[in-house]
Amino acid sequence: MELLYFAWVREAVGVGQERVDPPEAVYNVADLICWLAEQSPGHAAAFADPTKLRAAIDQRFVPLDTPLGDAKEVALFPPVTGG
Amino acid sequence: MIRVSIDPAPIELAVELAALEERGAGGVASFTGVVRGDGGVTALELEHYPGMTEDALCTLAEQAMDRWSLLGVTILHRVGRMEVGERIVFIGTAAPHRREALEACAYLIDRLKTDAPFWKREWRGEAANWVEARASDEAAAAKWQ
Repeated sequence: MELLYFAWVREAVGVGQERVDPPEAVYNVADLICWLAEQSPGHAAAFADPTKLRAAIDQRFVPLDTPLGDAKEVALFPPVTGG
Repeated sequence: MIRVSIDPAPIELAVELAALEERGAGGVASFTGVVRGDGGVTALELEHYPGMTEDALCTLAEQAMDRWSLLGVTILHRVGRMEVGERIVFIGTAAPHRREALEACAYLIDRLKTDAPFWKREWRGEAANWVEARASDEAAAAKWQ
């Protein structure tokens, strides 16, 4: 699946986009965040605290307990601050 | 009629308001967000999620059109770097009467704060930090449910 990162998540990871192939045990968004935290020191910094993160699957906001299912694009980012 | 735009270019207030007046409305309401220089802030930088942000703003505009009797909705949001005093966001609503226009305008800016993927970074000279979301914005959006 394609991952997109925004704001300080993007800066901590070091890239705005990457393709990943997580193991089958990664069932929902929260699992994905835990798995990503083990991928590099930058990822660890970005994904250490899931309570600071929000997510979208295929460009729709979702709670972190949402199953990944057939997700093509998953975005991880801090709470939004527009306007 | 719905007009939604996400653009680094400055917002032309007079042009946008005139376009809403031309919808044949009895009332046009608007909200303009401007970069504040609080606490030594010298500039803001706005990031968005291309594709999803446009969809989110269109959905908000459609929800407002469904909820109130509106003749026009305009939502403009700038992205990139903006200096203190520059416009960040413009919401305009046109309706036959003032109440619909005013209520829909308040709804749109409250919901935009929580429903549209934008992220704001404050610059103070050479130092930058990402702005944290505020619980008061969540509460303001929730009251429209």
